[in-house]
Amino acid sequence: MRGLELQAIYVMWLRQMKRFLRFKSRILATFIQPLFFLAIFGSGFRNIEIPGMESDYIFFFAPGIVAMSVMFSSMFAGISILWDKQFGFLQEVLVAPVSRFSIIIGRTLGGATTAIIQGSIILLIIFGFGIPFPTPFGFIMTLLFMVLIAFTAVGFGLVIASKMRDMQSYPIIMNLVIMPLLLVSSAFFPLSNLPKEAFYATLINPLFYMVDGLRGSLIGVDNIYPPLLDFGILLIICLVVMSIGSYLFSKSEV
Amino acid sequence: MTIATLDKKSFVVIKLDTFINKIYILCPKGANILDIIKTEKLTKKFDGFTAVDNISFSVKKGEIFGFLGPNGAGKTTTIKMLITLLNPTSGSAQVADYDILKNRDKVRKNIGVVFQDPALDTELTGRENLDFHARMYGLSRETRKERIDDVLNLVDLDNKKNEYVKNYSGGMKRRLEIARGLMHFPTVLFLDEPTLGLDSQTRRAIWDYIRKMNKDEDTTIFLTTHYMDEADYLCDRIGIIDQGKILVIDSTENLKNSIGNDVITLSCSDLDKLVIRLKKESWVKKVKQHDSFLTIGVERGEEKIPKIFEIAQSQNIKITSISVGKPTLDDVFLYFTGRSIRDQEVAIPQKEVLSLSPRRA
Repeated sequence: MRGLELQAIYVMWLRQMKRFLRFKSRILATFIQPLFFLAIFGSGFRNIEIPGMESDYIFFFAPGIVAMSVMFSSMFAGISILWDKQFGFLQEVLVAPVSRFSIIIGRTLGGATTAIIQGSIILLIIFGFGIPFPTPFGFIMTLLFMVLIAFTAVGFGLVIASKMRDMQSYPIIMNLVIMPLLLVSSAFFPLSNLPKEAFYATLINPLFYMVDGLRGSLIGVDNIYPPLLDFGILLIICLVVMSIGSYLFSKSEV
Repeated sequence: MTIATLDKKSFVVIKLDTFINKIYILCPKGANILDIIKTEKLTKKFDGFTAVDNISFSVKKGEIFGFLGPNGAGKTTTIKMLITLLNPTSGSAQVADYDILKNRDKVRKNIGVVFQDPALDTELTGRENLDFHARMYGLSRETRKERIDDVLNLVDLDNKKNEYVKNYSGGMKRRLEIARGLMHFPTVLFLDEPTLGLDSQTRRAIWDYIRKMNKDEDTTIFLTTHYMDEADYLCDRIGIIDQGKILVIDSTENLKNSIGNDVITLSCSDLDKLVIRLKKESWVKKVKQHDSFLTIGVERGEEKIPKIFEIAQSQNIKITSISVGKPTLDDVFLYFTGRSIRDQEVAIPQKEVLSLSPRRA
């Protein structure tokens, strides 16, 4: 029985990987956007003095780009379960003699893996832009953060997917929820310039801990909290979001 | 007694697990000892709307059983309950001797499903779709390989197995789904409207595949359809379902015979009067009054038309039209529901608006 559940997880993971590798245009698109951001923002703001920022703008901005690309791609993986619903494939999976929990685990692992692959390539590009290689500890923390960001975002995608009917609401969620959260996550500018009240408000923004933690691990400057603290908080957020996501998914009727 | 000499086709082997050992009983097929599907007052309500209303029926091993009814009759809802995707509001059901609520996983292992809407991953090849399915049902590597070839041969898709499903035609997708439903040697295969939206040539081919697997693999088949010809061609027994209720269950032959060898359909100036008069005639097997016409079941219909005219004339009733024909399932459906299945097709849009839950058919 246990073997069957492992097979289910493996199948769901393998399916994601195959689809990822076959969709060449989609892979390309996920690199182009961060590259644009990095090249245009990074070089455009390079010589601007921003108060509260100690490093070069491109140094400050790079971790935000990594966090953003991992997050977007894994959230999309979570939400795209709606496509399976729409195209009927989900029924085929749900009628198999495996638990819904295994299906979610496999799906999450698949989405996280593809997101981390993309994130790693962005990371390589960033090093190409001249960002220095972090310490071994910093590097390991960077990878761990990418994993954690991926899982949290897939979980969030699952939560949204179980509440949405089709993919049409996806851009609305992106524009009304994710973009504002991203803007006040310190990905683009330091939060120290915000009014005190606004700064405290950002502390309930999960995206803040993703960006701040990744910045602390990768660059080691301009982060507000030590990476390990960010990591702890994000871990709790991740577990909560993942449990809500899998609960809602297991309860949803096809 | 040597079991080896027994003809596998004409006997079923029933295994009874006792505390001490296993006892095998051989009994002639057709003895109908095994009910593969059994429901007891199965009911499903959606927000006060009763989609499936207290239905009880059984499907026997090896047969092709069909639910015939218009869209929205509760066919798909019934299937979804039997395949454990929906929980019944009340009542119970067993599939392959396992309760659909208490033994979900056992039920799932024993069933294959072909959904009404295609449920394939179109980004994968046909072979990959089958392989993923087989893995999730715990088939070993060797079995997987062999079985994939077997089922692909059965539906003649062997030469297309490495192509992406998105390049398949509608009929090929259906065939692949049927093959996938058979992958894990299910006891019973559920087919929800197996030929919906296919052209007549492809439909005929799918029917032949369904018959073939029923014979070759000895798979019990439960299918739903709103096509008369499909039910007539495929099914051993049919349940006519309308508005969530089963109106009648019987073999296709019996259903047709039950309303007479020939069916006379007529309209006239005074239906009520003619019905009362006709019921007195011994040669009238069945007579049923509809809104604007009568159906009369008789033997040797062509000889009865003059008789009916005589009767009508003596009563001063004017017959406006009359026809005689062999009973079709359409007549059977008409007889039991008082409506033609096509009348209801037209009435569907209104019903769809009233119904609250999507994708119920």
